[in-house]
Amino acid sequence: MKKYLSFFRLRFTMGLQYRAAALAGIATQFFWGAMEILVFRAFYSADAGNFPMEFSAMVSYVWLQQAFLAFFSVWMLENEIFDTIMNGNIAYELCRPIDIYNMWFSRSIANRISRAVLRCFPILIIAALLPEPYGMSLPADIMHFIIFLITLILGLAVMVAFCMLIYVITFFTISPNGVRAILTSATEFLSGAIIPLPFFPRSIQRVLESLPFAAMQNVPLRIYSGNLTGAEMTWAVILQVFWLMVLVTGGKMLCAHAVRRATVQGG
Amino acid sequence: MLNKMIRAIKLYKHYISINIRSMMQYKASFFATVIGQFLVSFNVFLGIFVMFRRFNSVSGFTYSEVMLCYSIVLLEYTLAEMYARGFDTFSGMVRTGSFDRVLLRPRSEILQVLGNKFELTRIGRLMQAVVMFVYGITQSNVDWSVFRVITVVFMLIGGTMLFTGIFLIYAAICFFTLEGLEFMNILTNGAVEYGKYPISVYGKRMLQFTTFVIPYALVQYYPLMYILGRKSSPAYIFLPLLASLFLIPCYLLWRFGVRHYKSSGS
Repeated sequence: MKKYLSFFRLRFTMGLQYRAAALAGIATQFFWGAMEILVFRAFYSADAGNFPMEFSAMVSYVWLQQAFLAFFSVWMLENEIFDTIMNGNIAYELCRPIDIYNMWFSRSIANRISRAVLRCFPILIIAALLPEPYGMSLPADIMHFIIFLITLILGLAVMVAFCMLIYVITFFTISPNGVRAILTSATEFLSGAIIPLPFFPRSIQRVLESLPFAAMQNVPLRIYSGNLTGAEMTWAVILQVFWLMVLVTGGKMLCAHAVRRATVQGG
Repeated sequence: MLNKMIRAIKLYKHYISINIRSMMQYKASFFATVIGQFLVSFNVFLGIFVMFRRFNSVSGFTYSEVMLCYSIVLLEYTLAEMYARGFDTFSGMVRTGSFDRVLLRPRSEILQVLGNKFELTRIGRLMQAVVMFVYGITQSNVDWSVFRVITVVFMLIGGTMLFTGIFLIYAAICFFTLEGLEFMNILTNGAVEYGKYPISVYGKRMLQFTTFVIPYALVQYYPLMYILGRKSSPAYIFLPLLASLFLIPCYLLWRFGVRHYKSSGS
């Protein structure tokens, strides 16, 4: 466990070095969030009765989404891992007395957290200071806030476990770009990154909510503002844990299988 | 003069053919990129589709009208990106110092940078835009007249020029910063992503900004209003062409950058 923690620490401090990039990123994300809210405002004023969330819940959803973009963007995959697999450096990694799945997992989590830590606070603070309908509101209550934090971490873990599957698939395809493109954009759409899941037609929403993609950003972002409560919330958290276990076990098995039959072609 | 132009066109054609041939050496990677590019804009489309399952209109625009709007913006952007992508990846040229080579050759720098990259991989997205365009045209009850057709053509020309100008600014900035600025993404990707809805959706202030500062509204909102018959002044027909004038300051900035270029030495 200690060695994975040090992998984590190493990555984390490395990520904190890129402060200028973070500043540019914050400005960009802030703009993105503002535009997103303006679109939803237009739909809200067109037909408020048809709006499936409280407007303030919607606004909090958007700001949290921007603040924790690094947690929940599938496309923030680590090229280093792809390179290791494709150019054969994986051979060195396999010589080390560590589990490759755990190493990549802790590394990816650290990378995402370090990116998010730099960006989330400025965005959240500015968003909280914005005037009434556009500003971020406080969490529904303290209980929801605590569950929000727990599910945020669970969601991050589900996301990384899903990304691990993408890395492992690379072992089998050599040229992963096509698979990667399809998986990333499907995940974006199904996880509620483009349109929050409550906006989908009811029947489709019910299906989507039981998929692993909904266990990523959908759950924590909706719990925060009290859009997801009661029995539905409990069920969503159980599903998160379930999918995390499935994805990790599946990923580990596939990884072990891939490593056993991996052929490094010299180089 | 004419002779020079013909020679330039010939050279450009040659550049493109080299580009395409080299791309075709890696067919799998080419198709993967085509798919990836297509899926990004397809997700935007799906987002609009889902929203209109629930709402009938937004700020007075119906689904098919929004389709028409988004398809035109997507066409403009994709066309600009296909041929002007050399500017988008220009930071690499400055950083590696290969712009030195460009300056040494007895041909215009812009032509060489343009020829450096021709993105055929945007073809999937272009096809999506065409399909949406046809849908928008046939479904949105536009009473087509010669003037309205001309307006659409002008929109396509003006919008492509406008996006080219923004790519040019992006490249010119690289002379001073050595790398592209992430913030500029707002003006390119952001403009397409949010140009899906007519700009009035975002409120009055955004409309003013995109009228006077960066003239997106001149190639999107105003001519669209004319096509849909909500504005009748013929001045709206020519607004997209006015937007092409945006290229002039962009070009001046680029010239300024070239004059101040110092090789990175690597």
